[in-house]
Amino acid sequence: MSRDKYEAVIGLEVHVQLATRTKIFSISSASFGAEPNAHTDPVCLGLPGALPVLNGAAVDAAVRLGLAVGSHIRPRCRFSRKHYFYPDLPKGFQISQYDEPLCEGGVVTFRLDGEVRQIRLTRIHMEDDAGKNIHDNSGVSFVDYNRAGVPLCEIVSEPDIRSANEAAEYVRAIRTLVRYLGISDGNMEEGSLRCDANVSIRPVGATKLGTKAELKNINSFKNVRDAIEHEIARQTVLVDRGDKVVQETRLWDPDRGISASMRSKEQAHDYRYFPEPDLPPVVVDEAWLERARKALPELPEARHMRYLGMGLSAQDASVLVAERQIGDYFDAALAAAPNHPKKIANWLINEVLGRVEDPRKLMDSNIPVPPAALAELVDLVEKDTLSGKLGKDVFGRMWQEKRHASEIVAAESMNLVSDTSVIEDACKRVVERYPDEVARFRGGNVKLMGFFVGNVMKETGGKANPKIVNEILRKLLS
Amino acid sequence: MTPEVRGATLVELAAGVAAKKWKSRDLVEAYLDRIAKLDGKLGCFLLVNGEGARRAADAIDKKVAAGEMVGPLAGVPVGLKDIYVTRGIETTAGSKILKGFIPPYESTASGRLAAAGAISLGKLNMDEFAMGSSNENSAFHPVHNPWDLERVPGGSSGGSAAAVAASLCAGTLGTDTGGSIRQPASLCGIVGVKPTYGRVSRYGVIAFASSLDHPGPFGRTVEDAAALLEVIAGHDPMDSTSIPQLAGQYRKASKAGLAGMRVGVPAEYFQAGMDPEIEAAVRAALDELGRAGATLVPVSLPHTQYAIATYYLICTAEASSNLARYDGVRYGHRTAEANSLEELYAKTRGEGFGKEPKRRIILGTYVLRAGYYEAYYGKALRVRRLIANDFAAAFSQCDALVTPTSPTPAFKIGERAADPLQMYLADIYTVAPPLAGVPALSQCCGFTKSGLPIGLQTIGPALGEEAVFRLAGAYEARTQWHKRLPQDPS
Repeated sequence: MSRDKYEAVIGLEVHVQLATRTKIFSISSASFGAEPNAHTDPVCLGLPGALPVLNGAAVDAAVRLGLAVGSHIRPRCRFSRKHYFYPDLPKGFQISQYDEPLCEGGVVTFRLDGEVRQIRLTRIHMEDDAGKNIHDNSGVSFVDYNRAGVPLCEIVSEPDIRSANEAAEYVRAIRTLVRYLGISDGNMEEGSLRCDANVSIRPVGATKLGTKAELKNINSFKNVRDAIEHEIARQTVLVDRGDKVVQETRLWDPDRGISASMRSKEQAHDYRYFPEPDLPPVVVDEAWLERARKALPELPEARHMRYLGMGLSAQDASVLVAERQIGDYFDAALAAAPNHPKKIANWLINEVLGRVEDPRKLMDSNIPVPPAALAELVDLVEKDTLSGKLGKDVFGRMWQEKRHASEIVAAESMNLVSDTSVIEDACKRVVERYPDEVARFRGGNVKLMGFFVGNVMKETGGKANPKIVNEILRKLLS
Repeated sequence: MTPEVRGATLVELAAGVAAKKWKSRDLVEAYLDRIAKLDGKLGCFLLVNGEGARRAADAIDKKVAAGEMVGPLAGVPVGLKDIYVTRGIETTAGSKILKGFIPPYESTASGRLAAAGAISLGKLNMDEFAMGSSNENSAFHPVHNPWDLERVPGGSSGGSAAAVAASLCAGTLGTDTGGSIRQPASLCGIVGVKPTYGRVSRYGVIAFASSLDHPGPFGRTVEDAAALLEVIAGHDPMDSTSIPQLAGQYRKASKAGLAGMRVGVPAEYFQAGMDPEIEAAVRAALDELGRAGATLVPVSLPHTQYAIATYYLICTAEASSNLARYDGVRYGHRTAEANSLEELYAKTRGEGFGKEPKRRIILGTYVLRAGYYEAYYGKALRVRRLIANDFAAAFSQCDALVTPTSPTPAFKIGERAADPLQMYLADIYTVAPPLAGVPALSQCCGFTKSGLPIGLQTIGPALGEEAVFRLAGAYEARTQWHKRLPQDPS
């Protein structure tokens, strides 16, 4: 396959909508899902004479993102106007950052097939989002400006990515990160996380970059993978054939699984950047940085390392760090039952996560089994007060009834019977009832142990401590 | 009683309302009468809001009668350049592209005027998007100079200046980007003030060139202009370039006298070949200031010759950007029929904009194109810095500068319309202060033999409005020019 001759070189531009209360330059709500044009005002509609006022919360969110990826935060940055005409762009220009972005450099770290990968960033800058054109079937178009002015961070990577899969995991890592930081929903379906990809190929071993194509409209993890995969294949065919890759912008069509040329290099916009005269430079001083640094949560990679250090498997650690709330839940449960990290991880991953629709709601106050309650259950099981099997039943009831494990266990007298005399009586009854089996066991059929244990458990309503049952049976049958 | 409003000052009319000597309603009727009678000849107004003015005046009169607190400009009829956005009242910026645009919000400056009790009579004519020096670029009709109806009132705030000169308003607001308040004030023989950049909020003032746009007042006297500026100046959180400091006491300064002031006379503003009548009037004014106790200091602003070029690079670049929003999609003019998005834009903008905005959009687009930023806009910003440094250096030697405002008195309508370059040179003495962001005022310092007003420009350091008002007030107190009135057109 000729694909082995080439290496893909991929750089991504990821747009993250910041979950601020109001828009980046005006007072309208920045939230998603309202009636069309309900969240508008003279500024975000670009009405004449209206002026932008920078939302400090948006800068703060961008600063935190920059700190989280180790960017250099410019002490003084500024906004520039980026001009083009489109109905969803109310002012005829986007207020973006050009020659003086807020963040320069930085690294996004994540794991791909167990390997740590680091993708370098060129920059992160702030800008305002555009509205949305809506076309109906009769050929009429409408514009909804609710999204116009929602704050965006554009995260521009270096061309460090080498595969479609890696690109998707990189985007996922950014989503995890912005969710950890609490600065964005990171929801690709609702458009709060969007991605453009610059893709080129070159012969393996070459250092010179090939001609790139820019892919737009990649709006899910699946699309990231599919669109880039398709583009690599498309370029491979071209190059193999001896044709040249044309520098152009291509639009990904997820329904048909192909891309089509949107505009060539010659048709590229001249954005006519110049410094936004309505906004003074943004000054982020050391005190601001210090505040932001202190407010940073433990980040996914650090958490991953910490969990590995506790003896968790890489796979479990990955699950626990995938959303901030999973790890928070784990940490809270662990604080209540510090001796059982692996067990807590198991219960959390197998029982709790299976029952929540959105793991980001794990730390909500109305979660049926809060971390401390899970810790109590794990403790009961690990102290042999409850059998593992009964533990699962108890967990199910805890989830349904929102009751504590100890409460359910006490009310239903589910406590494991550890009283030797009670167990011994039950064991004796079973041994007396099945003389043939006893004989066969003594004759060497040790597999029958399970049979005896099962019957003792039946005798005791499943509450006998299996360890003790085993001990006594072994004695009686020897 | 109703006072004679022709030639009346804003401060005396306000005092009379507050003292119950006359009613605001009577003032409004008197001005509306004059507008009805005279504005057909002058063309100052684009919209007269008689009903709104009467309603607001009655409300003020009721408050005064009830002994309630009223603002410092209570009951005084004023007018707004049609670049100030007014809630519920059509605002066009003198352009067809905004014909029919009824804003759902109010500019900070006009809102502050209303809060101070001033009554707006309506919206005043202007060069389209404030681009022009003669008011001939209004998309609707020209304004005629009250001193000679065949001549221009100056621009772009031509309607605002002529309305005060002809006593159609007690005071008005305009905007000044390269001279658009001071030059028409000069050509109409009244007082016009361009304050420090950021002193008056630009919120709701339709943008021409954002880094150069200065809202400011016109008055019959220095004190009238000071009274208006005191009300509209001050910090506005809606304008990020607004200055946080409190506004100054400009009325007080206008009466404080100029004892001990050093007045700089920049050599570059008195070059050979200047209009002899203007030079004579300005030199006479300098002598008068000297007699009043000011020390005259020769100073130099060495980068003056680059001001016009710098100004036109920056203002066209910013204009091309600011005017991008007029696309026919959300408001204003939209072409009747278009078969594609591109056609919608091309036809809407082609039909909606007049010649001068088109010229400047094209120039500005050229200036900002990729790869040429440093050669044009970037370089202009650096020269702008040098020009600002010139002023800073000059103000280390003096408290204020005095120069002519306009190189010529009012010219004839149509005389320069075909020659944009000649028109741009009308701003030669006025473009540098907005580039530096420093305050400047124009007042009348004499008349030509043919009876046209001559303007005197006083320039202060940043936030030095008080120095400017001291000097201008003291000059006015020693002269009678401001008392001369144009005849009502018949």
